Amino acid sequence: MNAATTRELSYAEAIREGFAVALERDPRVLLMGLGVPDPKGFFGTTLDLQKQFGPDRVMDMPCAEAGMSGVMLGAALNGLRPVINHQRLDFALLAMDPMCTQAAKWSYMFGGAMKMPVVFRMILGRGWGQGPQHSQCLHSWFAHIPGLKVVMPTTPHDAKGLLIAAIEDDNPVVFIEHRWLHHIKGPVPTGHYTTPIGPARLARAGSDVTIVAFSYMVLEALEAAEKLAREGIDAEVIDVRCLRPLETSLLMDSLRKTGRLVVADTGHSTAGMAAEIIALASESAFDSLKTAPRRVCFPECPTPTSPPLSAAYYPRSGHIVAAVRASLGQPANPADLALPAGVELDKPNPAFTGPF
Amino acid sequence: MIPHAPADLGAALLESMVRIRKVEEAIAAHYPEQKMRCPVHLSIGQEAASAGVCAALRPDDLAMSGHRSHAHYLGKGGNLNAMIAEIYGKETGCCHGRGGSMHLVDLAAGFVGAVPIVGSTIPIATGLAFADRQLKRDRVTVAFLGEAATEEGVFHESVNFASLHKLPIVFVCENNLYSVYSPMSVRQPAHREVWQLAAGHGVTAHQGDGNDPLAVYELARASVAQARSGQGPVFLELKTYRWREHCGAGFDNHIGYRTEAEYQSWRERDPIATFERRLQAAGTFDAARFAQFNARLDAEIAQAFAEADHAPFPAATTLMNHVYAAS
Repeated sequence: MNAATTRELSYAEAIREGFAVALERDPRVLLMGLGVPDPKGFFGTTLDLQKQFGPDRVMDMPCAEAGMSGVMLGAALNGLRPVINHQRLDFALLAMDPMCTQAAKWSYMFGGAMKMPVVFRMILGRGWGQGPQHSQCLHSWFAHIPGLKVVMPTTPHDAKGLLIAAIEDDNPVVFIEHRWLHHIKGPVPTGHYTTPIGPARLARAGSDVTIVAFSYMVLEALEAAEKLAREGIDAEVIDVRCLRPLETSLLMDSLRKTGRLVVADTGHSTAGMAAEIIALASESAFDSLKTAPRRVCFPECPTPTSPPLSAAYYPRSGHIVAAVRASLGQPANPADLALPAGVELDKPNPAFTGPF
Repeated sequence: MIPHAPADLGAALLESMVRIRKVEEAIAAHYPEQKMRCPVHLSIGQEAASAGVCAALRPDDLAMSGHRSHAHYLGKGGNLNAMIAEIYGKETGCCHGRGGSMHLVDLAAGFVGAVPIVGSTIPIATGLAFADRQLKRDRVTVAFLGEAATEEGVFHESVNFASLHKLPIVFVCENNLYSVYSPMSVRQPAHREVWQLAAGHGVTAHQGDGNDPLAVYELARASVAQARSGQGPVFLELKTYRWREHCGAGFDNHIGYRTEAEYQSWRERDPIATFERRLQAAGTFDAARFAQFNARLDAEIAQAFAEADHAPFPAATTLMNHVYAAS
């Protein structure tokens, strides 16, 4: 990576650039999805790619998620490298058979006879009344399935690097973006580079407590770490980045140092990824733990639409701070959970005015 | 016979059907030995569909199938030894023992795979055709399916897409009247024929006698030609009947989901015996060739079973192999 060629891009711009690089480098790469070439460009992530690469490579599709996912599997087996795009993860659930029962098993069940280089890209909705059916964070479902790879990049750098890595991988990769990351800016190298699928990222070094987070919750975890730092608590933040395969070496190193673990997951707690991280920590670093690990997850109900209910639903940095206090044996501080004046929890950024 | 057909087409179709039946009868005979420890779904009675369709394909054309796939695999030229070894769960099997009877594959023969989730290979086969179109290859793909698969959403999603993009694919539906033990009457409306579903998506659709290999061949030849020429996909509904139980090697008429009279009426329409009589009546049945073929075939099948029986099982140390493709 050449620092001179690194500049600031938004996460959405980084995704778009990742697609452009992949399409440019390999004529087998194909984007398909309802609305991929539409005027809004899939939240700006596919803008003008059809103009640049043509309708045979950047395609719209019938409203048929299961069937079209299956078609992309056949295309992948027969020489293409398709990316199937869902504007909400919820729509991808219509395609659980092609994703989990077909693509994930294809190499194994045929004894390695074929490769399945396909990317299932899906965006997590949140806020602005996305409600129960535009907001499900079910990454742990996919992470449960052997044969799939599951990535959830947090930074624009990783969004582009992991997208290119996913497209170049010979296996099915579930690529999950959080809608609230799309406007986040960060340094992104120009041209081709990949971020390896597997290793976690050290987002912030610290020595008192390990905060492990996923996707958008990494930003909340970093904000929590800033708040804690003001009180003299030094938190380490690990961005999991890849849920399957899950490499735990960074986590274990951190736990041996801090002995305390808080996991912030953008998903439900029951049978979720946070539970998996805590189980792995308990199995591999039990002797290092000074106190019980804690989870910060969604409540066990579907996402409500109304703004006040939505505000009560989503955990934020204060919840992480509260969990860290508990892990340190400190008394709870009700101020942690108070909503600061002017913060609107149903908007991804102050400039956002809808409609989606 | 038919004027433009290859001179030995009749014999080739007969031999293809006999090969499929004898292999499956051997599976049925050996099944009680408890060495084939996986479900088997036999196509005995339905051989004309595979024989007729596959005779109309080029070796480099592609095919996929579902749970009842032995006939399609063999008709397309799949390796017999690798199939039997796979059913025995052996390392020499076509999936190295990971698949079993319901996961046959032979890429060298253009058989790209079979899986048992009903309808799930229909879009995948459509995707094979899509990639061939995108990459400007003139191959045709056949998606073998049963009539119950036309009740699955992905069937309609696939036919719609194939029709929209004029893909080089032929959907071959063997209508054997039952999905496990559920008859057509509880699954599809009586006033509507299966082929009409596909016609509704704007594709050429035909219904034919699935027990007549020549009729199947003729339909398939025209359909494959249409698909290959870029005029779009074709759907064929072939009426036929399975003789043995849905899953397993035995017979299941006694459990009451179909009548003995219905079964006997289809037995009388045995695609193999009927076709042999027809070749004899036309004076094109070559008894000497057929006898030689049968002798070779019996030896081939016996050897396949013996080799599978003696082949090694996959080592337990290979359990985790192939979860991800080797890059």
